[in-house]
Amino acid sequence: MGYKQYILVCGGTACESNKGVALFAALKKAVEENGLVNDVQVVRTGCLGFCEKGPIVKILPQDTFYVEVKPEDAVVIVKEHLIKGRVVSRLLYDKNQSKINVGIEGIDFYQKQFRIVLRNCGVIDPDKIDEYIARDGYKALEKALFEMKPQNVIDEVSKSGLRGRGGAGFPTGKKWSFAAMQPAGQKYMVCNADEGDPGAYMDRSTLEGDPHSVLEAMTIAGYAIGANMGYVYIRAEYPLAIQRLETAIAQAREYGLLGQNILGSDFSFDIELRLGAGAFVCGEETALLASIEGKRGMPSPRPPFPAVKGLWGRPTVINNVETLANIPVILLKGGLWFSKIGTATSKGTKVFALTGKINNSGLIEVPMGTTLREIIFDIGGGIRGGKAFKAAQTGGPSGGMIPPQFLDLPIDYESLAKIGSIMGSGGLIVMDEDDCIPDIAKFYLDFTVDESCGKCAPCRIGGRKLLNYLDAICKGDGTYEDIDNMKEISEAMSRASLCGLGQTASNPVQSSLRYFMDEYKEHIDDKKCRAGKCKNLLRYSIDTAKCVGCTACARVCPVNCISGERKQPHTIDSTKCIKCGQCFEVCKFHAVNRA
Amino acid sequence: MSTATTQAAGLQKLTPELKAFIAKWKNKPGNLIMVLHRVQQGYGYIPREVAFEVADLLDVPLAKIYGVITFYNFFKLKKPGRNQIQVCMGTACYLKGGEDIIHEIEGILGVGLNTVTPDGEFSVEAVRCIGCCGLAPVMVINGEVYGKVKTEALQGIVAKIRKG
Repeated sequence: MGYKQYILVCGGTACESNKGVALFAALKKAVEENGLVNDVQVVRTGCLGFCEKGPIVKILPQDTFYVEVKPEDAVVIVKEHLIKGRVVSRLLYDKNQSKINVGIEGIDFYQKQFRIVLRNCGVIDPDKIDEYIARDGYKALEKALFEMKPQNVIDEVSKSGLRGRGGAGFPTGKKWSFAAMQPAGQKYMVCNADEGDPGAYMDRSTLEGDPHSVLEAMTIAGYAIGANMGYVYIRAEYPLAIQRLETAIAQAREYGLLGQNILGSDFSFDIELRLGAGAFVCGEETALLASIEGKRGMPSPRPPFPAVKGLWGRPTVINNVETLANIPVILLKGGLWFSKIGTATSKGTKVFALTGKINNSGLIEVPMGTTLREIIFDIGGGIRGGKAFKAAQTGGPSGGMIPPQFLDLPIDYESLAKIGSIMGSGGLIVMDEDDCIPDIAKFYLDFTVDESCGKCAPCRIGGRKLLNYLDAICKGDGTYEDIDNMKEISEAMSRASLCGLGQTASNPVQSSLRYFMDEYKEHIDDKKCRAGKCKNLLRYSIDTAKCVGCTACARVCPVNCISGERKQPHTIDSTKCIKCGQCFEVCKFHAVNRA
Repeated sequence: MSTATTQAAGLQKLTPELKAFIAKWKNKPGNLIMVLHRVQQGYGYIPREVAFEVADLLDVPLAKIYGVITFYNFFKLKKPGRNQIQVCMGTACYLKGGEDIIHEIEGILGVGLNTVTPDGEFSVEAVRCIGCCGLAPVMVINGEVYGKVKTEALQGIVAKIRKG
């Protein structure tokens, strides 16, 4: 027994969608055909994080890291690397490396990362409970059940300083103690896996890569607060995560890690899945509970807080996926160990989905207090195409746009709040000079207006008004009175909305007005969009001095509004132009002007 | 093509599997959304007559069922096309040209968003983030993810699917 080598194939959603499934099959086949079945194991793991360069293949024990691997490459990897021991250098991240040991240490994307939550992602096969157990899985649960009283568990979590990773950052230990203080009786433990923030996939990757860590943590939390039933509320849009959770729950039950008398103790706990159905507002605690109860996902006023009166009126703790994934490590290594990572008020690490106009899109985990510059330029490899950085958005539609002057700000809950954004669940979207700020504010408002449940007036009416003003500004019809109104409405929404969605919906507007007023001014005064996004404000024309008459633009124009003889300067009939920008893209001589 | 019309005319009935599923969930609190998921999995949408049956079996007012269906984006009241195209409009995809993809697809198919082509072959919808931001812009056709989509490639992709 015992394999000599392992081929780890990333089974995250991005890699699987990118022919990763075929690649996995091809590698298995190549291993079989070369008679290596007893020596080499092919493992499909969770997300390795480097989505930009997927599909990713990692070979152990050499720790070789191959990127952008195609199914056709499987035979070469097996024949060259596994049999002859020669690294396939054309598949390396840095093609010039030829050493045998070309692991992640050589890749800047992985420098400065520190993995607690994602500790098993990309290391174990998420469908095999034994692999989780081999990496100290369920050891924290055992410790809690046999060596600790429920109160000790809560104390340890409080000592760690862990705060909710879903957005608001409420101290986890405190939340648990509120529920634990309620009189004994039916209580519930809920995991919020309704990751609705567009541009974010941290929770999905954690669940797909390491589902048992969340189940173990929920069981520990159940023990701490005195609950015997847990629900994972997960988006129906995440079929792979659902499937892996179902497998994991079945395995945990089989091993006696869920169900009656867990590990022979007198504690019983079980977990069921409940599917979301595409409503962003259900990420809000009280709306989520309504949805589990089978109702429309409308939030209700707090207090009473769910820890006192939650699911079916019973005390309920709701924790986000990432928060929970920290728990087993905190119990094993101690709250004190955890509290030494991060900043004064924000402990531990944060997982971000780094996307947008960045070279290395992907899933990263960094200690709290890391600066945006380190994340965007060191880990993310800077802005795509060498363009200029314009803004970063944390917290998705509930967050704010962060301008370049804050690139060196250490990120934690407080520092982000101070500059008008929020930590949020972990979406980190990078924008460059080609992105128009009012247009992006409009995009987010369009989202929140669509997702507003309509229960309270500030959110329902205020959001719509903001969207209308932004729409007018992007069309060149905006006025300064609109700006004043937007400020006033934003303020009212943050103060008077019923739930987090409405209270934060105006953040993209408020922050962009604060830091990017010059762009709003240009749209209002000069009817100009410097990024060239707002089509109503664009005018295309051809610079006759630069045009060589190659006819490329005339051929690509979908409405035939470009005319001119061959080898003669062309002209655009602006009355017919639909401003699609194809002529601008296609011209090799920079003769098409966009203003 | 004619099958689409006959199907639309013929009334859908709850299958025995669905009935069994409902029986299993009947006494669990908060079962409605899970049942509706299962119904939609079976038919691709929630047919009106099936909603009536569900109301009877679960003993829930029809108004409550429709209240839930219309609240959540995921549930559909209209039969989607044989091939379903979903264009991601999450933030990363939006920044990288998701909107252009929608315009191009609408042009190719000759129908707008959330509409089925007259031959019943295609329906297009814009969806919120599907979590493949590293591959932006992304679209999903019949469950298969297409990443880093270029508008020029769409004509070919649609033609290939039309052929089957």
